[in-house]
Amino acid sequence: MAETAVKEKEPILAFGKKERQLLTDPLNDNNPITVQVLGICSALAVTSLVYPAFVMAIAVTLVTAFSNLFTSMLRQFIPKSVRMIVQLVVIATLVTIVELMLKYFNYPIYKQLSVYIGLIITNCIVMGRLEAFAMANKPWRSFLDGIGNGLGYGAILIIVAIIRELFGKGSLFAGSPIEIKIIGPTADYLINTTQSTLFGWYTNNNLMVLPAAAMFIIGILIWIQRSRNTKLIDVS
Amino acid sequence: MEFINTFIKTAFIENLVLSYFLGMCSYLAVSKSVKTAFGLGMAVIFVLGITMPINWLINEYLLSENGLFGMDLTFLRFILFIATIAAMVQLVEMVVEKFSPALYAALGIFLPLITVNCAILGGSLFMVSREYNLSNSIAFGLGGGFGWFLAIIAIAAIREKIRYSNVPPALRGLGMAFILTGLMGIAFMSLMGIDPAAFASK
Repeated sequence: MAETAVKEKEPILAFGKKERQLLTDPLNDNNPITVQVLGICSALAVTSLVYPAFVMAIAVTLVTAFSNLFTSMLRQFIPKSVRMIVQLVVIATLVTIVELMLKYFNYPIYKQLSVYIGLIITNCIVMGRLEAFAMANKPWRSFLDGIGNGLGYGAILIIVAIIRELFGKGSLFAGSPIEIKIIGPTADYLINTTQSTLFGWYTNNNLMVLPAAAMFIIGILIWIQRSRNTKLIDVS
Repeated sequence: MEFINTFIKTAFIENLVLSYFLGMCSYLAVSKSVKTAFGLGMAVIFVLGITMPINWLINEYLLSENGLFGMDLTFLRFILFIATIAAMVQLVEMVVEKFSPALYAALGIFLPLITVNCAILGGSLFMVSREYNLSNSIAFGLGGGFGWFLAIIAIAAIREKIRYSNVPPALRGLGMAFILTGLMGIAFMSLMGIDPAAFASK
């Protein structure tokens, strides 16, 4: 794509190479969870099933994107000494809106996520991106950065959730309209429910439902990512 | 007796870090040496112990339907809780600086960091969703802080030792810390056998 943006008069909603990079960078090289180590708290707690993890990923993406946008718009008016409080108020307001919407549209999931929706406020990704990016960049770029980081976070969340739910419960998307049982004696695609079928022998691995499994999976994901991308290796 | 019951339960059985993953960010970032981990752990006990009863009072007497304003203001909960936490952290910082410069120097930059520690806000939200009373919420704050302190000291000690081990390069640092935390979580699960009700009945 040709670079259409002129240096002096950049259009507000430009979508060039730099903007695309803002979206794709957090997915691998600068992933919020495995590289920046931000937002682990909620990442681990909601990943025992895919559906809540998916909802959580959407909620976090919305909050990061819009808090980045609003903080970036306000950045010239925020005094440095009270910026933490201002940022927290912006985030807390957005999270309250997300919480109320979720409560209205999908009450069972709201119940399941319980305090972890509120904990998006102290999710380090949101605060970290505000400090590191939105306070120093224009609104549109900050917005894209927020979406990119939300997606990078969501990607890890969903990978971990798929592994945990598939091996822990044998199903995917449990609790949602498209629930499907993939392995185990009661799998959906089996015509005769006997052990002779492909994965009918599988017994659920209860370790995967435990919190500790999320730790192991993220540790292994970091291991895989760093052995493919050697510049991320911790030298200290 | 219920006080001790809640304390033991939150410190060991339902450890905030190892079974709810609260405060993981600072737990992973500040656990490279036991000394700094100790400072942060003390600060967390301190702040959790103070903010929990205050947030309980706010929730009970300002936000609830039969509170001061006579209407349901629970939608303001997040904003008020986080404001209380930020204010309390600031206040604690000033008080500690005034009366105990040694402790202030030891806690250093960790006090302001605690504002965004999920364990503090998470504790307050758990307290609301579990409908604790005042003494229980104090016990929950202190116990949760103590459990967090234990966990961060343990991981810091392990990480200090593991520096001399031959870990695969790609797993060094963060990756290993995750796997260790998982193993610690499994170890802490063995404490589930403790029956806090047995203490209460004595």
